[in-house]
Amino acid sequence: MDTLSWFQIIAAMAGRFLPVWVALVVTYTLSITFKRRLGLYGKLFDSPVGMIGFGVVMFWVFTAIFANWIITMDPLAQFSGSKNAVPGSALKAPDEGAYGYLLLGADHVARDVFSRMVMGSRVVLQIAPAATVFAFMVGITLGLPAGYFGGKLDTGLSFLANLVLAFPVILLFYLLVTPEIVKTGIPTWFAAILFVFPIVFFVILFNSRFFTNPAKRNLYVGAVLVIGIWAYSGLAFNLDPLGIWSMDPNLLNVFVSVVFVNSPGVFRIVRGMVMDIKTRDYVAAGQTRGEGPWYIMLWEILPNARGPLIVDFCLRIGYTTILLGTLGFFGLGVSPESPDWGSTIDDGRKLLSMVPHPALAPALALMSLVLGLNLLADGLREESLKD
Amino acid sequence: MLMFILRRLGVMMLTAFALTFIVFSLTNLQPNLEKLAKSEASVRMTDDQVVSWIANNGFDTPMISRYGQWLGVVPGWVKTMEDGEVRGRCIEKGADPAAAPVRCGLLQGDWGVSTVFKKPVSQILGRSLGQTGWLMLAVMLVMVPTALILGVLSGMREGSRTDRVLSTGAIITTATPEYVSGVIFIALFASATVGVSPLLVHLGLLGSPDALFGARKTLFMGTATSAMDHITFWNFALPVMTIALYGIGYIARMTRASMTEVMTAQYIRTARLKGVSFRQVVMKHALRNALIAPFTVIMLQFPWLLNGVVIVETLFNYKGFGWTLVQAATNNDIEMLLGCSVVAVFVVLVTQLISDVGYVFLNPRIRLA
Repeated sequence: MDTLSWFQIIAAMAGRFLPVWVALVVTYTLSITFKRRLGLYGKLFDSPVGMIGFGVVMFWVFTAIFANWIITMDPLAQFSGSKNAVPGSALKAPDEGAYGYLLLGADHVARDVFSRMVMGSRVVLQIAPAATVFAFMVGITLGLPAGYFGGKLDTGLSFLANLVLAFPVILLFYLLVTPEIVKTGIPTWFAAILFVFPIVFFVILFNSRFFTNPAKRNLYVGAVLVIGIWAYSGLAFNLDPLGIWSMDPNLLNVFVSVVFVNSPGVFRIVRGMVMDIKTRDYVAAGQTRGEGPWYIMLWEILPNARGPLIVDFCLRIGYTTILLGTLGFFGLGVSPESPDWGSTIDDGRKLLSMVPHPALAPALALMSLVLGLNLLADGLREESLKD
Repeated sequence: MLMFILRRLGVMMLTAFALTFIVFSLTNLQPNLEKLAKSEASVRMTDDQVVSWIANNGFDTPMISRYGQWLGVVPGWVKTMEDGEVRGRCIEKGADPAAAPVRCGLLQGDWGVSTVFKKPVSQILGRSLGQTGWLMLAVMLVMVPTALILGVLSGMREGSRTDRVLSTGAIITTATPEYVSGVIFIALFASATVGVSPLLVHLGLLGSPDALFGARKTLFMGTATSAMDHITFWNFALPVMTIALYGIGYIARMTRASMTEVMTAQYIRTARLKGVSFRQVVMKHALRNALIAPFTVIMLQFPWLLNGVVIVETLFNYKGFGWTLVQAATNNDIEMLLGCSVVAVFVVLVTQLISDVGYVFLNPRIRLA
């Protein structure tokens, strides 16, 4: 079999991404048809920038979901004789019925670059949004009271936040994401502290809203506590009796470090917005009605701060993706075999000036995802400012 | 104003102590010390030997006291071995114990000895900071003017075609972390097989002694190792561009935002109605006010530049501060890593202070008692 031309490579890749195209077309048709009923999400489809950004992001989300169908080879398998093969080259001895081409070539240990790039999206999209959600939980739970009450609490928390922000990120990663640290159990304690915040957040959220209606309150708070503590025991201490919630210690370490680095930024934004919003009349009205401080914070102030927070959420997922890539680039964290984009770039850079394709593919993938998130954030900002 | 600066300085000192203590305790964790013992003495040590090595080298005292010794406020440890030899933190091997100073730490100018480079930490830091200094200087010279000009150009007439093109460009660069742009640059400009260089060789502009761009096989060089002795455009352009690119987009966006805000202000309209030309309005009235906000951003960019420096120096093999930090961290070189963190923390805190004070200084609307 001959080597494919660039045109054939692009056509073949487009064909492999078929499930993604179908899913994208369905998403866009449905969203545009019902866009007037979908709130801020629907308005996104009025802005071309937002639509392009959303498209790119969803492309990678669907790629991560359908990765098993898209990949042409096992991302960890090595194909003898194909070391550093150029894009489009045929396999030397393909198995019966297996895919016969290395669409984007092979890397320095003869693994398929295309399949690794596709699988890498799964690693990145599993960690980055989840870590960002946790960072938001921590930032919101601490930022609301700091901004609302002010005083000593604010001074103390702000000092801590600035302390973390003043830390050079790479130094922090080099100190926190090492096998030695895993041995001391520090990541577990970090996780134990950071993973409490989502539970606290939801308990206060439901309690402040429904404490006048004990039956409903007990139902919601109870559900949160049961699910929360179940997940908490599994994720932080790996003690889940049913074994559904668990996290590899290395992955936990990476996750915790990324959450830790991100939450002070969220804290600062939330605190600033609360300080601004708490001077509004409707907050004063709530206070006069005798509403509790937590009710005002969570059900009056927070919903009114949602616009900038959603925008920041999109930007921050991009930033987290960059951070994860940085970790991979320095060979920290997840296992060296892992197909995540940062590690693949790190693998490929040693031979960069001779065979650039193993590093270029994940580099462009990472860049396009972050770019998509930034465009999406821009579109959201534009649309949320309109009303 | 003075009180403000003093209070900021106080908080800064507190932050510096807290940060160095965190770094100190994280580098001096028990597993790290065991690893150090094994790499310094012998890999095949038994657990007992490791414990006694740790004790004999003064790592068995409480963390806080060791931190004090490292700072130089607590007297260095002194121990008499079983064979009668007196060892201590401040006693050099073979030197007379009685003549050694009592304290030796940061305050005394003693930064310790690097276990990887086998040289005093201060000496290595001095050399590598010098190298990084040149890199940063070049980055600043490229980044700040470019970013400000682009930002002002796009903010001058909001919504124009220039503005749209430049804004899109700024978004793209901020979405490109250094390890991505570096990889793309090397593949494009510094590879003999793909990108621009083979094309130029084919056209006869590169690769022969009388060619326009010189006799090299590639347009730019993929490593900056040679730049440590002799900086040329060809070995330094790619690392500088890689670091500058990310910052350019970010600062340009901030400048644009600030410029568009100023351009809608009343006094700009008044000036225009008075008949002042658009050029004059931009140069005389708008520019100065529009540059206050970017100043803060540029200053706060330094900590991020530190990140960029670490990535780029690793990627281009330029043995400056970032490269040293990575070497120290990967080889568990405790004293070296502590030295690097002191420098990093110092840089971050000083730029924060300058940005705060500068902001107050530049903006006449803010007056702090």
